[in-house]
Amino acid sequence: MKADRTGLSIRAKSNLTGWSFILIAVTMIAAFYFYPMVQALILSFKTGTGSNLTYTGGSNYVRLLSDKTFLTSLSNTFIYLIIQVPVMILLALFISVLLNDSKLKFRGFFRTAIFLPCVTSLVAYSVVFKYLFAADGLVNSLLLKLSVIQVPIQWITDPFWAKITIIIAITWRWTGYNMIFYLSALQNIDSSIYEAARIDGASSFKQFTKITVPMLKPIILFTSITSTIGTLQLFDEVMNITKGGPGNATLSISQYIYNLSFKYTADFGYAATVSYSIVVIIVLLSILQFKVAGDKK
Amino acid sequence: MSKLKRVFTYAFLGGAAFVSIFPFLWMVVSATNKSVEVTKGRLLPGSHLLDNFRKLAESTDLWTSLWNSAKISVLTTILAIVIASLAGYGFEIYRSRAKDIVFSILLLSMMIPFAALMIPLYRMFANISGSLPAIGIDTMASVMLPTITTAFLIFFFRQNSKMFPKDMVEAGRIDGLSELGIFFKIFMPTMKTTYAAAGIITFMSSWNNYLWPLIVLQSPEQKTIPLLISNLGSGYSPDYGLIMLAIVIATLPTALVFFLMQKHFVAGMMGSVK
Repeated sequence: MKADRTGLSIRAKSNLTGWSFILIAVTMIAAFYFYPMVQALILSFKTGTGSNLTYTGGSNYVRLLSDKTFLTSLSNTFIYLIIQVPVMILLALFISVLLNDSKLKFRGFFRTAIFLPCVTSLVAYSVVFKYLFAADGLVNSLLLKLSVIQVPIQWITDPFWAKITIIIAITWRWTGYNMIFYLSALQNIDSSIYEAARIDGASSFKQFTKITVPMLKPIILFTSITSTIGTLQLFDEVMNITKGGPGNATLSISQYIYNLSFKYTADFGYAATVSYSIVVIIVLLSILQFKVAGDKK
Repeated sequence: MSKLKRVFTYAFLGGAAFVSIFPFLWMVVSATNKSVEVTKGRLLPGSHLLDNFRKLAESTDLWTSLWNSAKISVLTTILAIVIASLAGYGFEIYRSRAKDIVFSILLLSMMIPFAALMIPLYRMFANISGSLPAIGIDTMASVMLPTITTAFLIFFFRQNSKMFPKDMVEAGRIDGLSELGIFFKIFMPTMKTTYAAAGIITFMSSWNNYLWPLIVLQSPEQKTIPLLISNLGSGYSPDYGLIMLAIVIATLPTALVFFLMQKHFVAGMMGSVK
């Protein structure tokens, strides 16, 4: 290999230039993701208030397993996950299949309208939903006028309905977001496949389950993983609609970590322990989702 | 399509579109009404827009918050797209085995939830406060620093760099451009669409960011617009008209960006799964 004045081969020099291009980004990610990750792990073995922390081994992890509030936040988060993610993904799939019909009129309008919620900030829409779903809010007065209900539903203050309100809110905000991914993927499917299926007499439902879903599998996997991670990190909505209440009926894991660190007497060590539970759950669920999706390949 | 199916399709999509748009209509209409009228469920535009606006500007730090949000979002966006595109380009154009490994490690950071980072990050910035107050707690820099570089954006630029013709790098070298010169003079202008998409996504998430600013910003003169809205919304006797107006104002920039650059925005989202 030829060497220039610096004594480095052209290839090595170009390789070095490449490293300088990625240097800032790698440093930033290391400093603001990986370093704090390690710090959190160390913290999770310490207890104490504020910055007065001492090593106490695995006591935080023992506390975690018997912490009722943590278990409540965990089960709340899983209820959101199990109900909201499948409902939203099916809804988004269904809407995108309807929108994919080239003969449909007002396609652009429908698409833009359904995507619109994604431009709002989580805080802004949460506050709007809080008022829409208030006991004397617009949703109740509409339902009363239409005689769907006889007494106002306590959307925010009843443990069951508060969860439903959060689920409705998240679904409103994110269905359009997922729909865009499916729509783009659907446009890449050759329409002759559907024509062939139609000639063979396959019903719309059959076409959906035998062609659309299998073809969209990678995208469905992608959206279900991102939605799962998003739900596990749920914070803005809970904080601004219900504050985690009534009781702890809507408390999410992220809000619990926030409370532990910044609302009650700061217990950073234990909060870090709780935060690691989300890391573990995200890793486990992602592996699971890959397995489920990969099996039938 | 059978007639029944067509009726169902339009009814379903119409319903979905209505549900999606309604909260927007309601917040815009409510911004023009008095608080009592909002609670009474008035769905027609009123005449209190200016009145609400005057009260909002007088009783809150509206302008300060908007200015803070604008500064943070614009600066974050510029820094983010420059740093991430340099990296994405670097990973793709100067590919090597070692860099591929580093790239895979960077991608792992996408799995890390913010909840796991917020406490160590908070402690980090609290520690810095003593020696370097300019980037410590309660500063613009402390809000921006952890959000500027994301693995997602680097991934996004790397994916898009694959479409950049490598011959142009060679052509640039023959013309005597430096490696950085090639990046700034050839790559950047060629990849305008990619930059637009990345810029929109970054601007939106920065403008709407809530949890981290909530933790790190403490004084009223540093607050951003989501913090202002959250504060208004948690009051005991909320003035609905006023709050709705604040929400409309906060949503306008991102809604405008979306409508002006809808195509790039969608392209940007798709770029992430290509």
